[in-house]
Amino acid sequence: MIDLLSIMAFHAAYADTIDSDQLESWPNFFTPDTLYRVTHIENEQEGLPAGIVWADSCAMLEDRVAALREANIYERQRYRHLMGIPLLLSSNIETAQATTPFMVARIMATGETQLFATGLFRDRFVKVQDRLLLAERVVVCDSTVTDTLMALPL
Amino acid sequence: MEKCDQYRQRDIGLIATMQEMKPIRWPENLSRVPYAVYADTQVRATEEHHIFQGDTWNYLCLDVELEEPGQYRTTFIGETPVVVVRDSDGEVYAFENRCVHRGALIALEKSGQVDNFQCVYHAWTYNRQGDLTGIAFEKGVRGQGGMPEHFCKSDHGPRKLRVAVFCGLVFGSFSDDVPPIDEYLGPEICEKIERVLHKPVKVIGRFTQALPNDWKLYCENVRDSYHASLLHMFFTTFEINRLSQKGGVIVDESGGNHVSFSMIDPAAKDASYKEQGLRSDHDRYRLKDTSLLAGFDEWPDGISLQILSVFPGFVLQQIQNCLAVRQLLPKGHDRSELNWVYLGFADDTPERLKVRMKQSNLVGPAGFISMEDGAVGGFVQRGIAGAQDMQAIVEMGGEVVGTGEGRATETSVRGFWKAYRQHMGVTA
Repeated sequence: MIDLLSIMAFHAAYADTIDSDQLESWPNFFTPDTLYRVTHIENEQEGLPAGIVWADSCAMLEDRVAALREANIYERQRYRHLMGIPLLLSSNIETAQATTPFMVARIMATGETQLFATGLFRDRFVKVQDRLLLAERVVVCDSTVTDTLMALPL
Repeated sequence: MEKCDQYRQRDIGLIATMQEMKPIRWPENLSRVPYAVYADTQVRATEEHHIFQGDTWNYLCLDVELEEPGQYRTTFIGETPVVVVRDSDGEVYAFENRCVHRGALIALEKSGQVDNFQCVYHAWTYNRQGDLTGIAFEKGVRGQGGMPEHFCKSDHGPRKLRVAVFCGLVFGSFSDDVPPIDEYLGPEICEKIERVLHKPVKVIGRFTQALPNDWKLYCENVRDSYHASLLHMFFTTFEINRLSQKGGVIVDESGGNHVSFSMIDPAAKDASYKEQGLRSDHDRYRLKDTSLLAGFDEWPDGISLQILSVFPGFVLQQIQNCLAVRQLLPKGHDRSELNWVYLGFADDTPERLKVRMKQSNLVGPAGFISMEDGAVGGFVQRGIAGAQDMQAIVEMGGEVVGTGEGRATETSVRGFWKAYRQHMGVTA
C-alpha cells in the first residue's frame, strides 16, 4: 500500500527540489511518459484541455528546465511551496491517486514576497523500483490570473 | 487663527501647482514617445474617453462562445464593464454592464445563460438587448412609494454598443462614427484574419496574465518585430524566427493595425547573429523531445508565424499550429491584463488537438517564446520612474510608418503611435 506518509514525503522532496533551485532534478519525480499540465479551476470545470504548461513526457520537462536555464529571460526569483495534507483517493501496492492543496509564494530579486499561486495537485502515483513517481500531475490553480509570468514550475 | 489661514493659503498654493502640471510634449516625428504617457493617471482617464469609448472597435469575445440564445459573457472595453449576449433573434448584443439605477454591475459571472438580466441590488430587470424592462415595486407597495408616473423606463438604460462580427470575432464600439469593421481593419488585415480564422474554431483554454505595466507597453511589444528574436532566445535557437527569414510587416493606413509574418527557410541560414556576437545563438541547446515543435502543414502559403494586432488591444496569433486570440485590457495607469484564448478548429482530430496543446507551451504566461513579454513591460515601467520629461526612441527603420519586407524595424510601433495620437487629438 502506498500510504499517506510516503506521499507527504514525496511532496516534501518535490517542493524542496524546486524551492532550492535544483531544477535539473525536478524531472526525476516523473515517469518517462508522464502527463504534466498547469491549468486553473475554470478551465477544468469547462473541460478545456489546454494548459499554460502541457507535457506528455518527462523529456519535455527536462527541456523546460533547459529552456529556463539557457534560453528564457526572467528576473531572478524563487518559490516557497507549502503543501497541504494529501487526500488519498485510492491506493494499492503499485499505484495511488491523491489530491493535495498547495500554496506557492514567489520571492523576487527585489526582495518582495507575494502569494503567487494556490491550488490543488491532482496526482497519480506509481511505484517503480520502490520509488514513487508521478505518472500524472494536473496542477489546478485557484486563480485564473498569472502575475507577470510563470517561469519556475509548480 | 492666523496660523490656520496660513496653512489654508499654502494648501491652495499646492492645488494650483497640481493644476499647472506640465502638459505632455509630443515631438513632431513619430520616432519619439514621451515616457509620461505610460505613467500618468490623467492620460489614462483621457484614453478611456478618446480611445476605448472613441471611434474604435474593441474585441469582446468569440462568436462561438455565444452559441445559444441567452448565452452571455462579461468583459471590458478599456476599463468599462460590458455584457455581450446572444438574443433569440440570433443577433449578438452588447451593453454597458451597469445598472442605470445605482450603477451596480448587472451581470456578475464571467459567462452564463439567461432569459433576462436582473441587478442584484434592487432587482431592476433588463432584457437581452439591454433595455430596462422591470423596476421592482415600480407602483409602490400598498399605494405607498414607487416611481413617479412620469418615469419612463425606455428613457433609461445602460449604454448600448454597436456590435460587429468578423470571422467569428465579436467587436463592440461605443461610437456611432466608427467606420464599418472591414473598413476599420483595412483590406490587408481582413485578409490575414480570414487566412487564420477560415473555418469554425473552438476554445481549448483561457488564461489571464496580469502585466505590471501600462497597456500601451504591451501594444508596442506585440507590434515590435525587432525584439522578437533578441529577447526571445527560444525562438531564435530553433530557427522559428530569424530577422533574415522571409517575412514582413504590414501596417494599415491608420497605423493602428498590423501584421508581422515569417516563413521558415532552412536554406537561408544566416550568420548575422554570430557576426554580432549576440547572445541569441546557442548551438549546444537542443530539445530532447522534439515533438514540441512537430506540427502539421495547415496553411498552403507556408507562413509559420503571423502576429496580427487591431487597435487598440486585440491580437490574433498563429505560431505554427498554435492559435490564440489575446485581449489586452488596461487596469489603471500602470497595470494591464492580457486575456489569452487558446484555439483549435471545431473539426480538429485528437492528434491535431494534441499538437496544438504541445505547441501552446510556446505561448502564454509560461510560454517559451512569450513569457518574457509579461515581464519586459514591467522593466520599462520601473525604468522610466522619475524620467517623465524624457522620451523613448522608436527609430529602427527610420521615422516612417509603412509596410515593408524587413523585420529589423519599429514601423508598426510608430504606426500604433500614429493611431494613438490621432484618437487622442495630439497635433504635432
